[in-house]
Amino acid sequence: MKLHPVPVLKESPSQTAGPYVHIGMTPNFCGITGVIDADPGISMLTADAEGERIIITGRVIDGAGAPVNDAVLELWQADSKGSFVAPMAPNSKSVPAFTGWGRQPTQPDGTYRFETIKPGRVDGPDGKPMAPHVSLWIVARGINIGLQTRLYFADEAEANAADFVLNKIMDPRRRETLIARREEGPVPRYVLDIHLQGERETVFFDI
Amino acid sequence: MSGIILPGADGMLFQRDRDWHPPADTPGYKSSTFRAPRHSLLALGPTRSEMTGPTFGHEKLGELDNDLIRNFSQDGNEAIGQRMIVYGQVLDENARPVPDTLVEYWQANAGGRYRHKKEGYLAALDPNFGGFGRSITDENGFYHFRTVKPGAYPWPNGGNDWRPAHIHFSVFGHAFAQRLITQMYFEGDPMIWQCPIVATIPDKAAIDQLIARLDRHNTTPMDALAYRFDIVLRGRRSTMFENKLEGN
Ligand SMILES: [Fe+3]
Repeated sequence: MKLHPVPVLKESPSQTAGPYVHIGMTPNFCGITGVIDADPGISMLTADAEGERIIITGRVIDGAGAPVNDAVLELWQADSKGSFVAPMAPNSKSVPAFTGWGRQPTQPDGTYRFETIKPGRVDGPDGKPMAPHVSLWIVARGINIGLQTRLYFADEAEANAADFVLNKIMDPRRRETLIARREEGPVPRYVLDIHLQGERETVFFDI
Repeated sequence: MSGIILPGADGMLFQRDRDWHPPADTPGYKSSTFRAPRHSLLALGPTRSEMTGPTFGHEKLGELDNDLIRNFSQDGNEAIGQRMIVYGQVLDENARPVPDTLVEYWQANAGGRYRHKKEGYLAALDPNFGGFGRSITDENGFYHFRTVKPGAYPWPNGGNDWRPAHIHFSVFGHAFAQRLITQMYFEGDPMIWQCPIVATIPDKAAIDQLIARLDRHNTTPMDALAYRFDIVLRGRRSTMFENKLEGN
């Protein structure tokens, strides 16, 4: 018996989500109504969710500086205590107060926006807690395989400086491409533009 | 703790074979030009943040969610086109079924027209076809849905490029790092081999993985043809004997 089995099948190759990804992933947003009540992931939390309410927002911009207005972003994060939502029993009727997962289309100006809570810290592969972060996955026309990245929080400078993942990025200017600035308001906003290409290209991961 | 692997349990994933997937920058597919990152990807190796992922309960799906012939239609009408069943199994690279995972699919109508405001093709809309559906895989990883065969359609890329008939698929798996979007094509379609989006995949054997097979055993007589399309997600290294997240 092997402790480390080798793969026996190849992963299905990726293909672009194409220009009509919103039909399949946010049907109500693009006017296909009546099939499902609400687009999946459009809301991440109920009033009972514990933690600091925040908005995560920004624009997705291509290598020509144009807004990417036909993307879908998914966000996955820990709750305020640093735990991921446990898999629900298949027939459970209960809806968690916080799902940890969001999905949003970009708007005509390339803006994305998630209403969520600030995540707690999760242990990294080195056994030390990583800085608070959310994982992001971006698909669109022209993106042949979904792009994985993370968003960190500018007001966590100390934790960011010691973060396992951020420290893998050798160029400190590139590290900045993952750190969202905080804007105060009734609900604090963390703002981060995602550059698919160009001088300020976001760091994307091979996970 | 026992050694049983649960969905969402820790366990390192096999590294993604990036040579099997399309590269980011593929000049034949012009939309990739300004949307392809130029820096190489930063090798991370999954942490807990990517080894976990969202899960979906069966109760969230409606009865017609996997019936594109009827889920958008009005007054008991049905979508126009060649009726068919698409089914298959979601597996991982270890050939283990992936149960309880959300599979979403979207497609053009029988004439090759999408229900979308940016759609520019002249083919007629079908008032009874929305083009969207979803399933959750059963305990053996199987999904199925009913639809009409999508038409081929022209698209602005080169001077006269046409997409072969295809259905878009989105699959979750149990880890955020398994997230996959791909497209399904139809056995025997000569247009597959002329498509710049298909051609972003370097290896013909990889393209072949995206071609659904006509399955005469699962047709519904006098009603629907059947196509089988299996989907493979990344597999985990974990075995019965080991389920801790390995450091690196
Ligand atoms: Fe398409």
